[in-house]
Amino acid sequence: MRSGSTAASTASGVKVIEERDEVVIRFAGDSGDGMQLAGMHFTTESALAGNDLSTLPDFPAEIRAPAGTLAGVSGFQLHFSSHDIFTPGDQPDVLVAMNPAALKVNIADLPANGILIVDKEQFTEQNLSKAEFASNPLADGSLDRYQVFEVSITKLTINALNEMGLPTRTMMRSRNFFALGLTSWLFQRPIEPTLEWIEKRFRKTPDIAEANRRVIRAGYNYGETAEVFRTAYKVKAAPIAPGRYRNITGNTAAALGLVAAAQRAGRPLFLGSYPITPASDILHELATLKPFDVYTFQAEDEIAGVGSALGAAFGGAIAVTTTSGPGICLKAETINLAVSVELPLIIADIQRGGPSTGLPTKTEQADLMLAMYGRNSDSPVPILAPATPAECFHMAFEAVRIAVTYMTPVFLLSDGYLANGAEPWAIPKAAELPEFKVRFRTDPAGYYPYLRDAETLSRPWAIPGTPGLEHRIGGLEKDYLTGNVSYAPANHEQMVRVRGRKIAGIAREIPPTELNGPAQGDLLLLGWGSTYGAIEAAARTLQKQGKSVAHAHIRYVNPLPPDLGEILARFARVLVPELNMGQLVRLIRAEYLVDAIGLNKVQGQPFKVSEIVRRAEALLETIR
Amino acid sequence: MTTLSNAAPALNRKDFITDQDVRWCPGCGDYSILAQVQKVMPELGYARENIVFVSGIGCSSRFPYYMNTYGFHSIHGRAPAIATGLKATRPELSVWVVTGDGDGLSIGGNHFLHVLRRNVDINILMFNNRIYGLTKGQYSPTSERGKVTKSTPVGSIDYPLHPISVALGAEGTFVARSVDVEAKHLQEMIRRADEHRGTSFIEILQNCNIFNDGAFANITDKDGKADNQLLLEHGRPLLFGKNHDKGIRMAGHKLEVVTLGNGVDESQILVHDETDDALAFLLSTMQPPAFPTPLGVFRAVEREAYDTALQHQVEHAKQRADAGDLDELFGRGDTWEVPPS
Repeated sequence: MRSGSTAASTASGVKVIEERDEVVIRFAGDSGDGMQLAGMHFTTESALAGNDLSTLPDFPAEIRAPAGTLAGVSGFQLHFSSHDIFTPGDQPDVLVAMNPAALKVNIADLPANGILIVDKEQFTEQNLSKAEFASNPLADGSLDRYQVFEVSITKLTINALNEMGLPTRTMMRSRNFFALGLTSWLFQRPIEPTLEWIEKRFRKTPDIAEANRRVIRAGYNYGETAEVFRTAYKVKAAPIAPGRYRNITGNTAAALGLVAAAQRAGRPLFLGSYPITPASDILHELATLKPFDVYTFQAEDEIAGVGSALGAAFGGAIAVTTTSGPGICLKAETINLAVSVELPLIIADIQRGGPSTGLPTKTEQADLMLAMYGRNSDSPVPILAPATPAECFHMAFEAVRIAVTYMTPVFLLSDGYLANGAEPWAIPKAAELPEFKVRFRTDPAGYYPYLRDAETLSRPWAIPGTPGLEHRIGGLEKDYLTGNVSYAPANHEQMVRVRGRKIAGIAREIPPTELNGPAQGDLLLLGWGSTYGAIEAAARTLQKQGKSVAHAHIRYVNPLPPDLGEILARFARVLVPELNMGQLVRLIRAEYLVDAIGLNKVQGQPFKVSEIVRRAEALLETIR
Repeated sequence: MTTLSNAAPALNRKDFITDQDVRWCPGCGDYSILAQVQKVMPELGYARENIVFVSGIGCSSRFPYYMNTYGFHSIHGRAPAIATGLKATRPELSVWVVTGDGDGLSIGGNHFLHVLRRNVDINILMFNNRIYGLTKGQYSPTSERGKVTKSTPVGSIDYPLHPISVALGAEGTFVARSVDVEAKHLQEMIRRADEHRGTSFIEILQNCNIFNDGAFANITDKDGKADNQLLLEHGRPLLFGKNHDKGIRMAGHKLEVVTLGNGVDESQILVHDETDDALAFLLSTMQPPAFPTPLGVFRAVEREAYDTALQHQVEHAKQRADAGDLDELFGRGDTWEVPPS
């Protein structure tokens, strides 16, 4: 909690309000305790308070692991500030632990003197043993380095509700609202937006609505009146570009980007998908958007998901399939068919930890090589990678534009961190989005299925229903012009080469690479995808120390930006932080013969800023 | 499957022939199937551009290259998935899937089940030759147990799938069987498949004269076929044989073959009913040599097609006042205004 704290009295004069620049708060509890919900509402309250923010939900793969166990701990971290921020924060300033297991899993991240709020009634012998505590940490002195607030959250929740005659189980479900109310007071967040949400969400169960309202108010009032907290904290609004904002997760942003692109193209959007974590929310979102000419198809498997999408593309729809790494493995053959028949198709891979089932709910960036090379033969596919949750909107839109312009499948590589993380999104105006018209071939004169556009090398999109353009396509090698099956040796090489040239040619569309920092110098931090925030924060930290460090972040991974080679050459060292064992770094080394060095982390968690800073500092020392 | 027919100029069989050389082995049953499809197609009344043939991989899956319509020769087993996506967004098209016993029941078995259960309004022609032809003669999921092939030199130990039983198990709404060389019967089944709204499935028994020659000789040989074919006709008794004197009747929960006379008369013979699920399944279990092979429509029932229901949902949603308003969509949920400072 970085602060230039100026103490000020509240109106009542009882409590002190300190100003802070930024705060990182983590809610942790059992996966049934509603921590994601509490975190999301604290986020909304913070957004409405005008803060810049970044979130990191972290939940177990098991829907309901046994209550009170370490495996069942779910967490939600929010970083909010009065200035630009890029990450959900390396360490929490405040940890809310709803039970001993949540404390055990999270306490190591809390720095000395950090604020720890616990529900003391949950520290029973049984819960302590489930959390594998040998002694009660509230009593054994092991938490002495923190500011510990033992709050009777369970008892106070039940007290707030005891006239209502609700079953204990129902009352216990409101504990998260007590924690939310209390922390809302502690950081002077308005609870009205949450009260409104409760009203809407529990319209059909007025008892539950009333219970949640009472409990959140009880939490807020407890903070204000009880002699436990002497100080509340205030984080002023951040200077953000004027405009209308909403909070958006990467998955929602991607869904909206796809819809926007299809609408601008004037075509229906078809999603063929099989549920998989952490991609399913795109399917859920699009399933509600039928008024936008959106067709969603929950297929019988990953293969049918992409197969149906390719069929829809043949028919002239903007076609999409969404999945995560294991699904890409299954879809590879159909993606290759799309390469061969040259139809537009978006493959959104929301990466997660692997190999195999791996860490379904945790983030990783380890599917880059899979997207680049995970198909038989020479099979180039463009790859786009959004850097932030909100950017998923733009990159999804761009993926559609490229797919249609170049008649090719396109990978959109997001990950669990972008998918579930949220940030404020400057709401665009529909009329200001780029327009791109889909041009179907209708003229039979001079038509050949593989007659290529001179500039883009794309073949014509001639859809069924068009008289005179009846043709057959397939996965067998085709004649360069007619598209008829051809096994001629020279023709095959010509086709392999032209498919490669077509994708390489997309480089002409890539905007100049932004360089944050000096145009040349000692160290370039080069990243892609969701590591943007941590790398950017690290670069700024190093720059403030006077180090000659710049950050370049690529959104176009295949083909690579045409100016990248020249940028790399202007720095003495290149460090490539990635949440994998070194994938972009291999591409960079191979493509540019640059001695780029990898910084690799595969813990299912994003980089901490400090991890990148430390590695960069060590590398800088080797220069002089 | 029924689709609005377009006001197309009268077409004939030749209009559906492409300029590509047909490359099946001489004598292959596929030639006859292609000829019947090309013959019936003009009668169905679609403009050529509104017809799409989708296939997977295998000998049968070369079929689209020889049909002068839109065509998609895709990957092994996946044609039903591709056809589903196409039909879902383009319900006005007449969509045909051509597959084989390996393509449709082995590698593509899952898609086969699910397209049937969804009742997507497409037509599936499964050429069943009970062998892998394109890969040169391994046993298939419909090969009889004990089949000696290159991959089962001492006989296969797998039990076969029966395509009709599988299709009925997935609640296919139109399930039929025909034979490559029974030109008239096959044409009639193709017409019926086209008329049916929902997934139409025809198992076409097809001779592979290279790797499994004579697999269906008992029902195609002139001499024996009358005794070995049972023609299914809705509302008609299940009679067969040269003299039309053999029939099928119930014996407990099973079927049995009886000969008329000696106290057995037509009143005991089952009458075919295309809407009777239990009867359809029993008929699908009839295997030679104990039973004749039923040909015709096992089951034909009405049920809303997937693509019809999907179109209905989307069209209904598009009637909403704010449908298509991207600005409304972008601004949903909690929003806030950051004023110019």
